Amino acid sequence: MTVKYTREHEWIRMDIDSATVGITFYAQEQLGDVVFVELPEVDTSADQGAEVAVVESVKAASDIYAPVTGTIIKSNKELSERPELVNEDPENDGWFFKMHLSDPSELDDLLDEADYQAFIQEEL
Amino acid sequence: MTDLHSLALESFHTEQGAKFAPFANYKMPIQYPLGVKGEHLHTRESVGLFDVSHMGQLLVKGPSITEALEKLVPAALQEMVPGQIRYSQLTLNNGGILDDLMLTRWDDATWGLVVNGACKQADMDHMKAMLPDSIQMTYLDAHALIAVQGPGARDALTQMMPEARDLVFMRAVQTSWNGHLITLSCCGYTGEDGYEISIANTEAQELAEALTALEETTWVGLGARNSLRLETGLCLYGNDLTTATTPIEADLLWSIQKRRQTDGGFLGADIILQQINDGAPRKRVGIAPTDGRTPLRDHTVITNSAGDEVGEITSGGFGPTFEGPIAMGYVSQNMSTPGTKLFAEVRGKALPCAVCNPIFVQQRYVRSL
Repeated sequence: MTVKYTREHEWIRMDIDSATVGITFYAQEQLGDVVFVELPEVDTSADQGAEVAVVESVKAASDIYAPVTGTIIKSNKELSERPELVNEDPENDGWFFKMHLSDPSELDDLLDEADYQAFIQEEL
Repeated sequence: MTDLHSLALESFHTEQGAKFAPFANYKMPIQYPLGVKGEHLHTRESVGLFDVSHMGQLLVKGPSITEALEKLVPAALQEMVPGQIRYSQLTLNNGGILDDLMLTRWDDATWGLVVNGACKQADMDHMKAMLPDSIQMTYLDAHALIAVQGPGARDALTQMMPEARDLVFMRAVQTSWNGHLITLSCCGYTGEDGYEISIANTEAQELAEALTALEETTWVGLGARNSLRLETGLCLYGNDLTTATTPIEADLLWSIQKRRQTDGGFLGADIILQQINDGAPRKRVGIAPTDGRTPLRDHTVITNSAGDEVGEITSGGFGPTFEGPIAMGYVSQNMSTPGTKLFAEVRGKALPCAVCNPIFVQQRYVRSL
């Protein structure tokens, strides 16, 4: 199961015929307590880098971008009731949406875990 | 952050795990390891400690000082007794607000003022220009200001300073602690019971350590200070009050006592008294989404059902105690009745919202014992 990362601190995990997207542990730590998540509508298509969701913390609103081009097939309704899941379990239960990929080769542009860890060390 | 002023206690806050950000030209603690929400809730439940030394602490002295100050603020000062504090505004000729401030009367010739950090230089320039030459103004830039806020503040601080026990809201006393001169004021900006302690920078660390050692206390940054004041309906200068808002538009009539409402005699009195009688064109109100939990942030545009702009959010976010989005802003007078249904433009969508009382969480000041 491949997990890739963006420089905007999203993770994308490949499943068999779709991918799940969320924000990283580092991202939720920077955001602080998450109080609201605006999720994308199912069946909408998004280009790589498009703003598709918004996460609001006690501090500010931040955009969530589509890591790759594709179609949204599911969003995590649990986050409407329990936005704190993004803080508690950002890389599992706190996922944002699932998407079908138009061009899986776009994943090659993203960071692997070691590259992402090196990237956030530079940001710190 | 090289051009920023540093707090005297900066290294102390670093040891407490503070994250810093620029505010009012100071490098200020924004949050500590507990985080904004945890710090907010702790203050509402127990005791929060705040370093607000960026605020301007001034001492003004001279003959007829009380009458001279009354020309600059709409509060009634002559009736105040020694040790009494009032909240007011430095008004301008256009009725706008240069700053909001706390004024403490010490005696017939001496007043203590606490003004906002971002405004202090402009305030001093304004006051020096407007006050008679016989008035002396001292900027206490070698003094720290530490706030102790929350329902447990009275019992906790009384262990250190017995004078705290009987000091009620908006009263102050000059006293000593561990041999150091301090000013202890029962006020703050969280909506809770609590105090602000003014102490020399050289002695501030000793005070900070003693307060930290109290079992109930935790340090709280500006992030939670903002959500605490917003939940209890208190204005932030620069957001909710500006040189283009009058005290009447800002719904601060309560801070203008009857004599001043009738007699005026302060800068901008013409327009402010006229607005007291005839109403202001717009009014500060609370605004909350009617469904959903989308926070309405600063500068969100408010419209009516036709899509016409009728106002703007000036401070907005999430209230950890209220457990929902909270905001205040300005709307046209005819839209300012609680319950009025309006729309907030958020990310291109018109979200239904309604006017409400800006006090989302009841203030809990101790006004009598």
